[in-house]
Amino acid sequence: MKRAPNLHIRGGRLIDPANGIDETADLWLSGGRVAAVGDAPSGFAAEETIDAEGKVVCPGLIDLGAYLREPGFEHKGTIDSEGRAAARGGITTLVCMPQTEPVIDTPAVWELIRRRAKACGHARVLAMGALTQGLAGEQLAEMGALKAAGCVAVTNGRNRLANTLVARRAMEYASTFELPVVLCSEDPHLKAGGVAHEGAVATRLGLPGIPSAAETVAVARDLALTEHTGCRSHFHTLSTGRAASMIARARRDRQPVSADVAIHQLFLMETDVDGFRAECRVDPPLRTHADREQLRQAVADGTIEVICSDHQPHEADAKSEPFPATAPGISGLETLLPLTLKLVEEGVLELPQAIARLTAGPARVLGLEAGRLERGASADLCIFDPETVWIFRAEEMASAGRNTPFDGWEFRGRVTHTLFEGRITHRLEP
Amino acid sequence: MENLQLDDRGGLRHLLAIEGLERAHLEKILDVAESFAVLPGRQVKKVPLLRGRIVTNLFFESSTRTRTTFELAAKLLSADVINFNVNVSATAKGETLLDTLRNLEAMHSDLFVVRHQHSGAAHFIAHHASPGVSVVNAGDGRHAHPTQALLDMFTIRRHKGDFTPLRVAIVGDIQHSRVARSQIMALNLLGVTEVRIIGPSTLLPAEARTLGVHLYHDLESGLEEVDVIIMLRLQRERMEGALLPSAHEYFQLYGLTEARLKRAKPDAIVMHPGPINRGVEIASEVADGPRSVILQQVSHGIAVRMAVMSLILGAHGDGDR
Repeated sequence: MKRAPNLHIRGGRLIDPANGIDETADLWLSGGRVAAVGDAPSGFAAEETIDAEGKVVCPGLIDLGAYLREPGFEHKGTIDSEGRAAARGGITTLVCMPQTEPVIDTPAVWELIRRRAKACGHARVLAMGALTQGLAGEQLAEMGALKAAGCVAVTNGRNRLANTLVARRAMEYASTFELPVVLCSEDPHLKAGGVAHEGAVATRLGLPGIPSAAETVAVARDLALTEHTGCRSHFHTLSTGRAASMIARARRDRQPVSADVAIHQLFLMETDVDGFRAECRVDPPLRTHADREQLRQAVADGTIEVICSDHQPHEADAKSEPFPATAPGISGLETLLPLTLKLVEEGVLELPQAIARLTAGPARVLGLEAGRLERGASADLCIFDPETVWIFRAEEMASAGRNTPFDGWEFRGRVTHTLFEGRITHRLEP
Repeated sequence: MENLQLDDRGGLRHLLAIEGLERAHLEKILDVAESFAVLPGRQVKKVPLLRGRIVTNLFFESSTRTRTTFELAAKLLSADVINFNVNVSATAKGETLLDTLRNLEAMHSDLFVVRHQHSGAAHFIAHHASPGVSVVNAGDGRHAHPTQALLDMFTIRRHKGDFTPLRVAIVGDIQHSRVARSQIMALNLLGVTEVRIIGPSTLLPAEARTLGVHLYHDLESGLEEVDVIIMLRLQRERMEGALLPSAHEYFQLYGLTEARLKRAKPDAIVMHPGPINRGVEIASEVADGPRSVILQQVSHGIAVRMAVMSLILGAHGDGDR
């Protein structure tokens, strides 16, 4: 691969939360790294200058927990197609979930993904390894080997651990290697065959419900196990206000826990499922207005320090069945930033805070080097025009999955350039 | 939320649920059903309203009485009827629901009568149906069973006339019942004084009050001053799902007996969508007693389904409400 070019990013509003920077400053990139912030390094010869006046320049976004579908589910998406979608969305680091086929429970599967991602070159792909073999929840995965191969965390994903003893052992074993454990806490027995939040809408539509207690019971268990095992726990895709307040309490007690929320949970509610809208079927389910407001508050006060896309691309057929037979999930890479900017527009977050939830937050949680822009850092950039008003269209998505409830939404703020390791991976056509 | 059920002029295009209809729609269906209800007494039962039309019974869940009454209703309207049974069909071989629908549409069906195990299935089919094709929901998951609710309303109207002063109690497994959901919506739409649901907490849905009902856990107090009692069938699997301890305890607490029936108004009627479990939710002396209208419900089902199908297929000319 040829050397990344010398680039000059001129006149943008540089927002780099990890370094506490929010100022108008030039950025100089060379050999795939940040050569300087502010004044040009001596003798710098720019091969291209990107005019960023009026735009925001920030670290490339980090998405904590995306389903890239390869290997095993290429009819839903591939590392190439989803990498393109990430670039479109200003994302330069994707942390993929181990729910592939085969599962990422051996270094070989991860190696395959790593090579594919490198060949595609759209974004940095990192992996969470499996917590248990085959995600079956019975025997521990070879976490030592997964760590050595470069997995940044371990998780059982949405194959929830019903057996508390296995959960305890897995957390203890992960802590041996200081691997963060990413938990999608939900009690599988309480969930039963539920497909929507157990509330007024599911009652009226006759949809089997998932009670809020399915989440709070499991978060309580996993918090207790975290305290007991001393493992570094990250709670992924919370859906209830109650769980957020439990996390807040644990953090006040100085427990080493963190949490994220999927961006759609900050906008959609159980009422969006009305009319049996399969594109709004997600796991965990959309909950009440009160939950949404409490989750927004938790994101604002930092209890939840990461916002993720919970990207789950699907083929059209997966959503084209009666509601309970459809697959849950939203193809979310391309709406992660636009929706997060809407939180700023609605006064929930300040812009630097919003960017922190997509960069410095996930980097801190997983101990990544990415997500910051000082000299020597990887030249991963997201440049967006905060004033562009545009309509999001499902049919124009780069992701192989067009499953989105946000088709036709109007957004303010659009990515104009994405740079990964100093190369332009996305440039908005004027 | 789009209203799939109505056409541009507010007439019935599909019947998917009671929700989304207006009171006038229900009254029209009941009025038309009244005109068909006299037919069984006459010499010639058939009317030629739907001659040349094709009605397809599309049943993904087994049913005897509902399927049979739909078939009979269609035949009495002179329609041709196809029975499509999922167990011997392609869906068992992995064909998607949408593929099945497209294939049957290619056979020029005018109306699908659909029963499916998933809530929302009838909406799904209606959403994807071709412009000339209508759908009648014959029960989808726990969601709706509108023709059952309509025949119950028809039965209540025949006995009670005006809906507005009535207090109606629905007893049993509301949580898993599509019939109860449709009944509650129909009763409220028709303006009854009160709908009560009676059962243990495990069988009442979350936030049930949002349906517009009063909750009772005690059968005897719940039956006070009631004009209509609707008993629901208790499925055996409820015991396995840790929802109830035993059929015995259920009957002790929620079974309708002669003694308990005395709590209701003297002229209260007893209904049940069938099939009944004698000695589980209802005592035989009540099921077979003078207040029971259970068998009338079944024959009313034919008239109501004739009314729904003829209104949807525009056999009443004006296509109005």
